[in-house]
Amino acid sequence: MSRLQAGRRHSVRFSLNGKPCTGEAEPRLLLTDFLRHQLAATGTHVGCEHGVCGACTVSIDGKPARACLTLAVQIDGCELRTVESIAPSPDRLGILQSAFKRNHALQCGFCTAGILMSLDCFLRAHPRPDEESIRDLLCGHLCRCTGYTPIVRAAIEAAAELVDHGKEKTDA
Amino acid sequence: MAEAASLSTASHEPGSPWVGQSIPRVEDAALLTGRGRFIDDIGVRPGTLHAAILRSPHAHADIVSIDSSAAKRAPGVFAVLNGEDVKALTASLVVGVKAPVECWPIAVGRVRYVGEPVAIVVAADRYLAEDGADLIEVQYRVRPAVVDPLAALNLDAPVLHDGFAGNVASDRTFRYGDPEQAFASAAHRISLDIRYPRNSCTPIETYGVVADYDPSDDAYDVLANFQGPFSIHAVLSRALRVAGNRLRLRTPPDSGGSFGVKQGVFPYIVLIAAAARAVGRPVKWIEDRLEHLAASVSATNRATTLSAAVEDNGRVLALDWDQVEDCGAHLRAPEPATLYRMHGNLTGAYDIRHLAVRNRVVVTNKTPTGLNRGFGGPQVYFALERLVQRIAVELGLDPLDVIMRNLIPADGFPYRTASGALLDSGNYQEAIKRGVNEGGLAELKSRRDAARAQGRLYGIGYTAVVEPSVSNMGYITTVLTPADRRKAGPKNGAQATATVAIDPLGSVTVHVASVPQGQGHRTVLSQVVADVFGLTPADIRVNTEMDTARDAWSIASGNYASRFAPAVAGTAKLAAGRLSERMARVAASQLNTEIDDIAFAGGSVRSKRNPDNKVSFSRVAALSHWSPGALPDGIGQTIRETVFWSPPELTAPDEEDHINSSLCHGFIFDFCGVEVDRTTLQTRIDRYVTMHDCGTILHPGMVDGQIRGGFAQAVGAALYEEYAYGSDGSFLTGTFADYLLPTVAEVPDPAILHMQTPSPFTPLGSKGVGEGNCMSTPVCIANAVADALGLKDVELPLVPAKLAQIVRGDEPMPAKGRAIEETAKRGGDRHLRGKGEAVVGAPAERVWAMLLDPETLQAVIPGCQNVEKISDTHFRADVTIGIGPMKGRYRADVKLSDLDPPHAVTLGGSAEGALGFGGGEGRITLVPTGNGGTAIRYVYEAAIGGKVASIGGRLLDGAARVIIGQFFASLARKVGGNPDAQSLPSLLSRALRLFGGHR
Repeated sequence: MSRLQAGRRHSVRFSLNGKPCTGEAEPRLLLTDFLRHQLAATGTHVGCEHGVCGACTVSIDGKPARACLTLAVQIDGCELRTVESIAPSPDRLGILQSAFKRNHALQCGFCTAGILMSLDCFLRAHPRPDEESIRDLLCGHLCRCTGYTPIVRAAIEAAAELVDHGKEKTDA
Repeated sequence: MAEAASLSTASHEPGSPWVGQSIPRVEDAALLTGRGRFIDDIGVRPGTLHAAILRSPHAHADIVSIDSSAAKRAPGVFAVLNGEDVKALTASLVVGVKAPVECWPIAVGRVRYVGEPVAIVVAADRYLAEDGADLIEVQYRVRPAVVDPLAALNLDAPVLHDGFAGNVASDRTFRYGDPEQAFASAAHRISLDIRYPRNSCTPIETYGVVADYDPSDDAYDVLANFQGPFSIHAVLSRALRVAGNRLRLRTPPDSGGSFGVKQGVFPYIVLIAAAARAVGRPVKWIEDRLEHLAASVSATNRATTLSAAVEDNGRVLALDWDQVEDCGAHLRAPEPATLYRMHGNLTGAYDIRHLAVRNRVVVTNKTPTGLNRGFGGPQVYFALERLVQRIAVELGLDPLDVIMRNLIPADGFPYRTASGALLDSGNYQEAIKRGVNEGGLAELKSRRDAARAQGRLYGIGYTAVVEPSVSNMGYITTVLTPADRRKAGPKNGAQATATVAIDPLGSVTVHVASVPQGQGHRTVLSQVVADVFGLTPADIRVNTEMDTARDAWSIASGNYASRFAPAVAGTAKLAAGRLSERMARVAASQLNTEIDDIAFAGGSVRSKRNPDNKVSFSRVAALSHWSPGALPDGIGQTIRETVFWSPPELTAPDEEDHINSSLCHGFIFDFCGVEVDRTTLQTRIDRYVTMHDCGTILHPGMVDGQIRGGFAQAVGAALYEEYAYGSDGSFLTGTFADYLLPTVAEVPDPAILHMQTPSPFTPLGSKGVGEGNCMSTPVCIANAVADALGLKDVELPLVPAKLAQIVRGDEPMPAKGRAIEETAKRGGDRHLRGKGEAVVGAPAERVWAMLLDPETLQAVIPGCQNVEKISDTHFRADVTIGIGPMKGRYRADVKLSDLDPPHAVTLGGSAEGALGFGGGEGRITLVPTGNGGTAIRYVYEAAIGGKVASIGGRLLDGAARVIIGQFFASLARKVGGNPDAQSLPSLLSRALRLFGGHR
């Protein structure tokens, strides 16, 4: 394993939302700051910088991770996905996003990106989750606006819809 | 069973109003796709620098010196400003009471709370700015601190500001009706002492400011996620020493929650603006979470004694309030508004004509307070509704009967309360009746009875609450005497503004100065204006960004006091209505009909009698642009209309201190069932019912969202959240692992019920709804817990440890005979105490010699880089210590005293570093074991403060034990090479076990 020197910028190559991406980062640079201020991917938000609130959650190699507890240099060679990747096209919302909108599952929208990323990773891995496991997952996120119930509803609806959607795809 | 307000998007019938429908939010798409534009998402001007703030680790200390020289030399650092530098560029913030007291946004000469800014470092990026802050050396002379509001009243309490009488910033008494007579004649006097704790609604987005100064124009341009009220703009302009028109204050399009809290960003606007001026470049600052928890704002904590004069049947004749409000270290605008916001509503939902009030405002060594959802309501209703429950218990009545007996009569509206509020409308009896029936109270009582029959601890709580909204900007002047008010001139009203504009293609744009933080204002305004013009919400574009240099605004602008639906949305309707009236005249002349015959519907302006006689809306709307000469005479224009609306009911306080503190008054009736676990004393909310009457509902989905959000925050306040301080003023809850916000697992799904009694005072009949559950829910849960446990005194948050203290008394001391023994810590005691023993295979003389030898000390002190011997009994050392996530370097100063060679010595010392400070004393005794070895026994007492106490507080006890244990273990190794095989490993393992098991 190569040893990185503090105070020097190191090249970081990875894939961001399916596209190859290169940047330079000092070892101490947080992934949140790297994404937001160097790569202009400002959809990922910073809420606590100690891993509790979940607003900065991104997907690293398919697994949800706190970008505020990750150094930019750690994602060298990784596949990174952020909230900017979820919609099927710029003018359309994905199934999960639509369910959030329908259920009033966001108000200020600041914590939403992290919740969407956690759910997106989770629903890919667990296509038929029960409510309990969705609640369990959402325990890793703080939201101060909604009281959570609408988020749980949206997640359950989206999970069901994704299953139907998957069936249609298989049928087709 | 009751259903929550319908959330589904109703299919819209042509011609039926959009208002009242839960249409999808226009805000959502951008927020769901990562295209929100929060303050830290927006680009800044090239050359913008970044600020980091060095903050006080002490609750109360004189600043002896600040040495910034190393910081100024650090790479990337452009400037370092301290209090004197900021003072040279600004003026003191206005203080809300008449007293010769200054209020600076940064410490000048003295720090008064942990987290108070001491210096600002401006650098090329935030990382470099923080590096610079680490290099600033500040010397403090610590003063005694006062944390408790009642202790602050003591004559011998440490005094924070010389300009106040002791620590009392204000002391006013009020008398309405004849309370003395009522108390003398009543059968009972029932009283309660209440302590309401500190908490905050803690938005997930922290504060942010970008400031620029143009010296050629002597003008500031500031972007901040400020939420209003814009009366603060006047405070800022004065502090920055410019005319109001030279402070351009803008807000970003999106704000990540506020709940009142982002009003408190304003002192940082002054700081960052001053820094920008000093450095000649734009400066940006984004607050971090520790800064936010420690030093943004919190709600006030309050000590209240409330007494009621009560008849045998539970009828309350009079109330006597004695409130001591703790505003923290500085009285920042608009404080002491928290105390006076509810002044007209001190009798709640009840018809009580006699009222005595004493209001004292004190300062303590804690973070200054500010706006927080509920603003004064939680504090007042916790006392009032606890008292109602106590009246029922003490008189053997049903609590709901006591509530019902005292309610304002249904035919009594509008109702003037004893202290002057004009309650606009309501039918509280009907709301309670519906709540009881639709909410299933009978079933809940059966559940309670069944649980109790099984020996479980189950209780039911009730609250009836009047939720005020649209604050009277003059209520705060009730803190002044009538004579002072006469001198200052009257203050009153609640100006709301809205602008509706039509462009040359006839499409409609709305602008309001409402500064939303997620409430969906753009969506609701599109509904309101669409209804006026017969358009669809998608036709209306709404802009809620705020720019004081361009937009219509006034001091009441902003998003607070639940004023959007009653005031702002109604004003938008009035503005659209004025344009539509003129457009109707244009259309009438074009369609050859009378104005009364004109209707706006389906995108057209048409004749009601002959709907085929019509013209498209956009054609009528745009005429003013393209052919003003074709307009009928006297119309002027139909391009843009701005309406300022202030309700006439909001008058200034009168000579007898009557104040109509708010325009609208919704009603909430809550009840809940809770179960308290017999073993863990954890409170579980079994069922929660909340009945609301907020007047006309504009968007059921958003009303539902406001209730759920307020409820979740209230559950946090009731059961989990407290900004905790040590007795020395140390701030102990600096992370989300210490300040516990409820997650999805802790927030139950409340049953939400509605009835709608329109307000006669607002254009749309709507009232505020955003804050009610923050007022009603904490006390409702507390009443239920009191009922479950049979308690009189209940203090929030109802954490199991606190309930255990009440129910079971002090925790017993641990069993004797342990090598390490913990002294039970009382709440707020910041001292770490411990003792231990290590046995070594060497004589006492040898151990003694090594204890006094710098080289040995350097080898055995954990993390020690060097030890410098100042004298035989005085050492200095640099040590690096990690406590939890906080690894930092400290400069330690150790002195030996009471030397009794080779038997005993006292080590006293202190350590200070960027992460905090500590001090303590330990006594070491050396006792021969008989087999040539020595038992080293030690006792210590230490106190630790600063950042490390805020973040690592949970870990300190354990960490101290481990570090001290390590010291003696290494000493033993160094001395004998073979420490007692039994004692040391067990010592260490026990210490480690304690460390690990302490969380």
